[in-house]
Amino acid sequence: MIHRIEISYIDKWRDAKSESVKSRITEILNLPVTKVNHREVYTIQAEIDSSAAEKVANELNNPVIQKVRTAATVEGNYNWLIVVGYRPGVTDNLGRTAFTAVGDIIGRKLKDTEEKVFSSAEYLIESPGLSRKNAESIGKNLLANELIQSVAVFSKEEVINNGIPDNIPAVSGFKGGNIETVDLNVSDVELKRISKENTLALSLEEMQTIQKYFRNTEGRENLGLPAEPTDVELECLAQTWSEHCKHKIFDAEIDYEDNDGNREQIKSCFKTFIKKSTDEISREVDWLQSVFHDNAGVIAFNDKIDLVYKAETHNSPSALDPYGGAMTGIVGVNRDPMGTGQGANLLINVWGYCLGSPFAPQKEVPEGLLHPRRLRDGIHKGVIDGGNQSGIPYGSGWEFFDERYTGKPLVFCGTVGTLPKKAGKVRGFEKTIEPGDLIVMAGGKIGKDGIHGATFSSEELHMDSPVQAVQIGDPITQKMMSDFIYEIRDRNLYRFITDNGAGGLSSSIGEMAAECNGCIMDLGKAPLKYSGLDPWEILVSEAQERMSFAVPKENINEFLETAKQREVEATVLGEFTNSGKFHLLYNNRTVGCLDIDFMHNGSPKMKLKAKWQPPKWKEPSITELQSRDIKKDIVKLTGSLNICSNEYKARQYDHEVKGLSVVKPYIGKEADVRNDSAVFMSEPLGTEGIVLSSSILPRYSDIDTYHMMASVIDSAIRKAVAAGADYNHIAGLDNFCWPDPVQSDKTPDGEYKLAQLVRANQALYDYTKIFKCPCISGKDSMKNDSTRGGRKISIPPTVLFSTISKIDDITKSLTLAPEFAGDYIYVIGKTKAELGGSEYYSMLGFIGNNVPKVDGDKAAELYAAVSNVTDNELARSICVPGSGGLATAFVRMAIAGKNGLDIETDRIPADNGLTLPELLFSETNTRFLVTVDPEKAATFEKALEGFTLSRAGIVTEKRILRIGSISIKQKDIEKAYKTTLDKI
Amino acid sequence: MEVKSLIITGYGLNCETETKAAFDYCGATSDLIHLNDILKEKNILNSYHILSFIGGFSFGDHLGGGTVFANKVKYGLKEQITEFIKSGKLIIGICNGFQTLIRMGLLPGLKENYFTSQKVALDWNDSGVFRDSWVTLKTNPESPCVFIKDINKIELPIRHGEGKFVAEKDILDELESENLVAFRYADKNGRPTSQFPYNPNGSLNNIAGICDPTGRIFGLMPHPEAYLSPYNHPNWRTAKESGTLRCEGAGTLIFRNAVEYIKEKL
Repeated sequence: MIHRIEISYIDKWRDAKSESVKSRITEILNLPVTKVNHREVYTIQAEIDSSAAEKVANELNNPVIQKVRTAATVEGNYNWLIVVGYRPGVTDNLGRTAFTAVGDIIGRKLKDTEEKVFSSAEYLIESPGLSRKNAESIGKNLLANELIQSVAVFSKEEVINNGIPDNIPAVSGFKGGNIETVDLNVSDVELKRISKENTLALSLEEMQTIQKYFRNTEGRENLGLPAEPTDVELECLAQTWSEHCKHKIFDAEIDYEDNDGNREQIKSCFKTFIKKSTDEISREVDWLQSVFHDNAGVIAFNDKIDLVYKAETHNSPSALDPYGGAMTGIVGVNRDPMGTGQGANLLINVWGYCLGSPFAPQKEVPEGLLHPRRLRDGIHKGVIDGGNQSGIPYGSGWEFFDERYTGKPLVFCGTVGTLPKKAGKVRGFEKTIEPGDLIVMAGGKIGKDGIHGATFSSEELHMDSPVQAVQIGDPITQKMMSDFIYEIRDRNLYRFITDNGAGGLSSSIGEMAAECNGCIMDLGKAPLKYSGLDPWEILVSEAQERMSFAVPKENINEFLETAKQREVEATVLGEFTNSGKFHLLYNNRTVGCLDIDFMHNGSPKMKLKAKWQPPKWKEPSITELQSRDIKKDIVKLTGSLNICSNEYKARQYDHEVKGLSVVKPYIGKEADVRNDSAVFMSEPLGTEGIVLSSSILPRYSDIDTYHMMASVIDSAIRKAVAAGADYNHIAGLDNFCWPDPVQSDKTPDGEYKLAQLVRANQALYDYTKIFKCPCISGKDSMKNDSTRGGRKISIPPTVLFSTISKIDDITKSLTLAPEFAGDYIYVIGKTKAELGGSEYYSMLGFIGNNVPKVDGDKAAELYAAVSNVTDNELARSICVPGSGGLATAFVRMAIAGKNGLDIETDRIPADNGLTLPELLFSETNTRFLVTVDPEKAATFEKALEGFTLSRAGIVTEKRILRIGSISIKQKDIEKAYKTTLDKI
Repeated sequence: MEVKSLIITGYGLNCETETKAAFDYCGATSDLIHLNDILKEKNILNSYHILSFIGGFSFGDHLGGGTVFANKVKYGLKEQITEFIKSGKLIIGICNGFQTLIRMGLLPGLKENYFTSQKVALDWNDSGVFRDSWVTLKTNPESPCVFIKDINKIELPIRHGEGKFVAEKDILDELESENLVAFRYADKNGRPTSQFPYNPNGSLNNIAGICDPTGRIFGLMPHPEAYLSPYNHPNWRTAKESGTLRCEGAGTLIFRNAVEYIKEKL
């Protein structure tokens, strides 16, 4: 029987959700609307009678503020009814929870695949005169994303005459279980077509390699396999060899030529620069525990725990479905530490987004792309819900706006975890697999969601990007799974754990099988969300919330029994072997058998050319700079998107759960200024702390990615040191996001973009070495282009450099807020004429050429010295001037401290002959602004003897920011800082 | 005597570690037990003195904060909890736990009637969005609540989307006349106010926490377990430099009151 439960607000109470819909209809769509009433609808398809349904309805309802009915309400003041449900097969978290609740209330669990509960939302729109077209626009452009949701619009008359159709988006019409053979004995043109049409994202050379492999493989008939590959095998290779999983560009052989014609043959950017640096540093520091071979890097922290840190991007799915894509980004990266070593506890999340301006005119957004504001709202909401519901505080969050992210937004999500030194009998960061161990998958079930995620993200976003490539996370299923993992971890019930991310089982079990050199797995045993999946789909589905385990046979009963008691799905899919084969069955019949060695080492290496030619950009003239109204410019810059406060969104993320927060994301007397770093205790009431910081400077890439990379490393480390981190215990994460750097018809400037990649890597090697800051994890995303709407948009080469470090005593940690009037303000480091790529130039419409550079050796010495300053508590606050230069650093300090600043510009250390804009807005690296108690000034100065240092001002009570001859009232800069994104 | 505290876990709750740290720091011995294990062995409740419904997102707040978890508890543990209350023990519900206590009808427990139909509600914040910020709370000195003894004003973090306290006027009047309101949102000087952001969600009568008539069942939206260390406070640096830093986070006061009450009375 089908029952409808309809829950709506009692009129007398304020319905904040409906009000928010109403204001967005007027604000974003500019449509007139008198009132919006929304209601939640649950459609139950189950063998229960009306009285049971009635009972369920009453229990689900919150009778103080809501009313409930088990029939459709058709009357009321409205003109249009908009019904938003999920498309068949899309994760419906509300429906799933209601499914559990119904079972609790009627006293029996609902039957798993036969009985169902679906959720939908209904919006009653009162707006006399609103056309059907506009009502549909509200549905499609505001309330729903048609990629994953269904939208139906009814007039009041239609509702009264015909009622409201039941919302039952069940998956049907698929037979499932099909196995196809793919004939690769075809021409090159055909090979290319096969790759393209099946979203395999394999190059011709790769297709030829596969063709040859099957021609040369003998004995397939003994397994009941055709000579040609099955679709299972071909899909498996496509996932394993995808750019996303294999990092082919970072592994490519590159012939690099610089502007002087010097050539360099690079074997692999990853090995030549990133790994080499870490390997070399590992001989000099004793705290690197496990790097590059697990899901995330591990560093030592204290005698109880190690730290794990990983950041990922989830760009392509977020472009299509910002909410689901971004949520999957955060809960997905959570599974990296969870799948590192014996499974890390999750401690802190971080996020950062590169987006187009939320104020961009609609006409500038190419057809087929979501408006940046809608993307931004959805992305934030996804990570907010994902992080909050997982109970993980966020440490820092940032946004960077540039129109070139309109094609593909970048969604960075990262997670810090802690691994116990010992998990039961084994070391926390180690893992092994023995032949004979069972393959166990636990967590969610498999559906068609996320199929081809790995291969699709290895392409540009085009018209036919597959819709099923989007997954929606389910944080609660994942939370229940992680609780289960930590419960059994110390009992050593499993030997190996890893996550199911891109490529699904194909990647996770494929990689695990490489550990012991073989496995046999029956895809028919995998639990499915609905029937009708083909074996290849089961293999590559990226359905979320799943982890894979190697479980010794003697532990399997206890493992499965505990999972059952915790309501965590867990299934044995097969066994690890040492046969050298990745052997796949479907209901006991062999459907694929690949050599492990070919899977992991058989792909041909890419050979690419890179040619560096420095660009030459237009500069504003000296007179032009000298004629600027600096006071106005400071205020305007303060309110610009990349400087201003995003507190409205930031406060929607929980940063206090776990009770570990010491330096919070927003700091200062009124907690209203974004800080540059975060400090957390490692356990409640602890004194040892973790410091997080990061830096991203994509504008510098327009001039030279070498200096962009040098600058992000310098500033990320500088921010950590400013917060009080131990300079000798800082590790880095590198996240590269690039436009396609492979020369082709689509990318005629590929050689230049690849040279940009090489140069960034060169700087990464040079500066991580100088700072002894090894990269412990990293990730690259290489196809961040969009051709939708007939316009190619490519992102600027973007690197997020994040650090994780230790502070021995959290009580010595610092923020940028100058709290005490009378304190001296010191400027450390010499300012240069380096406005190239700055926020200031961007505001004036220039790129320029003088990009900030880094004198690494000097910087390293200085950071060691400043680390001593914080350790000896000689500073009261430290600010790191970044985007916007000294000017916006002073602004943020003044707002945070709710104090005035008196700054003498002639006492700011600088190169000779700088114009005032150059002095105040240059983003020169390796500088600090420090406030110091006058009583400690002498000791402070002595501690920094030999470094460029000047007492350039004083903290005052006046609530005025005075920089030389410029005076700005606090309330004016505060207004500028807070207004731009207020309630947006 | 050993004061034993039971913290129920599972289904998306997530404040177990810090809540255990809070009780243990204040002299109790805490156990974290998954709701399913309690439902399997219901009498386990008898061996504890303090029962905590902690913060988090049980069932993702789907169908309203606390709804589904409350049903599970109500249908599974009604007798044991009734007995627990009768024997003079303590129950605290924080954030999602407060929502759960209200949905079960354990709060406000007017006239000491429990598991009644729901009398009050925690609705969506007026802003329509989740919010994390620190707030100042003013206690009601007349309240019988045993958890807030000797506290006049306290600063704690809130982090919720559904925290706006609402009820019909007659219920609100009864809460006030019986002094069941324990905490109100207040400005920095401790004056209760409906002004945002001091009152972060639009709660009627600025209510942040209430108790039952015995004062032994307490629910609140703010998170005392997130302020155990003085270094959790957003302005600890200023206090440290001025020599006014507390030696403990103020959240401990609430847990210590609970532990001391059990030591004295049971």
